[in-house]
Amino acid sequence: MSDVYVVGVDMIKFGRFPEKTVPQIGAQAALLALDDAGLRIQQMEALYCGNLYQANAMVGQRILQEIGQTGIPVVNTANACATGATAFREAWMAVKAGVYDLVLAVGVEQMGKGLLGGGGGGGGIPKEGLLGSGTMPAVFAEAGMEHSRKYGTTFEQFAKVSVKNHHHSTMNPKAMYQLETPLEMVMNAEMIAYPNTKLMCSVNVDGSASAVLASEQKAKELGLMKRAVRVRASVLTSDPWQERDLVLPDVNTCTRLAAKKAYETAGVGPEDIDLIELHDCFATAEILHYENLFLCKDGEAGRMIDEGATALGGKIPVNVSGGLLSKGHPLGATGIANIYEVSTHLRGEAGKRQVPNARLGLTHVIGLGSACGIHVLERVS
Amino acid sequence: MTPPASTPLPVTDFLKIPEGGEPYLEGQKCKACGAVFLGARGVCSKCGARGQIEAVRLSDRGTLYVYSIVHRSFPGVAVPYVSAVVDLEGGGTVKGNLIGIAPDPAKIRMGMPVRVVFRDALGRKDKEGNSYLSYFFEPA
Repeated sequence: MSDVYVVGVDMIKFGRFPEKTVPQIGAQAALLALDDAGLRIQQMEALYCGNLYQANAMVGQRILQEIGQTGIPVVNTANACATGATAFREAWMAVKAGVYDLVLAVGVEQMGKGLLGGGGGGGGIPKEGLLGSGTMPAVFAEAGMEHSRKYGTTFEQFAKVSVKNHHHSTMNPKAMYQLETPLEMVMNAEMIAYPNTKLMCSVNVDGSASAVLASEQKAKELGLMKRAVRVRASVLTSDPWQERDLVLPDVNTCTRLAAKKAYETAGVGPEDIDLIELHDCFATAEILHYENLFLCKDGEAGRMIDEGATALGGKIPVNVSGGLLSKGHPLGATGIANIYEVSTHLRGEAGKRQVPNARLGLTHVIGLGSACGIHVLERVS
Repeated sequence: MTPPASTPLPVTDFLKIPEGGEPYLEGQKCKACGAVFLGARGVCSKCGARGQIEAVRLSDRGTLYVYSIVHRSFPGVAVPYVSAVVDLEGGGTVKGNLIGIAPDPAKIRMGMPVRVVFRDALGRKDKEGNSYLSYFFEPA
């Protein structure tokens, strides 16, 4: 089976667009990705659309209404925060299998504001604040406290993640925010769920990102190899059984499972990777994923952030886009936005935040419930 | 409209209130592999065994595994409070509010022993006016 290539990729600047519809927001990124490749919708053989909050509303087809209804097959995916990565992977798989040569993937979300999770279900009375908390900041706070319990990771170390990612976003014009947030500002921000302050929670934004994927033959035929990015691995896992999983969602095991498989498939190790976009939905989460992606040994993640190893200029830059913490986290778009960021570095087009000579990059998302999506991408020329 | 029940209802399916007995938390245990769950099921999510799940009475003693101190919640939810994940003796992990301790990271120690206590569900009532019995954790 031949390799699959990203030949066009882009995202809109994340923000809040209550006056627009979800398909309108998605269509913007789709057109940008087509323009990036210099292709037209009439050349696309299928569309893979990721959107979570309107999963029952045929968002992919409605995007085609905005950019050209050509009668191609449309697959709509929903997989929590792994929704965009899942759409991209379905597109990759169809090309990898030889069913199509040229397809479009779009991820889009319109978020609104406020706490996610904790709505609870079932009858009776509301359970939030009665049987603990199901809100996302608290759930990921508890996941971070497990790391503190094992390794003594401190509130300050978690906060440093946010300082770093906000700093990175000052160099990314497509991030929601371009603001420095010094350590004191992060630690003194409103406490949402200890140890996550408001500046340690990802930003709810609207956004979209899109990619055009091609078979090797098609990419060559269209003369698109020069800026093409090779997909070296596409992996999706769910969470294997863990004893505390029902009350303490385990984001570690499914990430480790996916990371092992991704490195194995790509035939590379974590030491070969030049940059990573990982799922920093909360500052606590980023620390866990240094170890889950095998960037360091278990228990060393706190030291990595202390030493600046994951900052731009460090040993392995993580979330140079600003991450979900500052670029923003439109759930269904995030997976493809990560692929845009890494591809942009591999193409040497990332401007001020460019990771020098980037050859291999990795993207990672976690959808709670759980799904983990990892992609390994490689510069071609 | 049905009048409110004369005694409190259980806040969740796994809180059992036996007639004339003390309330307790109920787990589901797989006879094949020993995994313990909250909530009824026919097939074990750990090993896939069918028809091997039996109801067990969970301990009212355990240790605090991890926690978060929640300062921002939905309107009407009193903050701050401690959301706690507790490993019960003999199996079963349960999430609930940790009470009887200051919501302060300097005071709360992961690994500390706790006990399960049963109290009214913070005055929350459903639309029929029923009261509920909930469970909480307290330092032991």
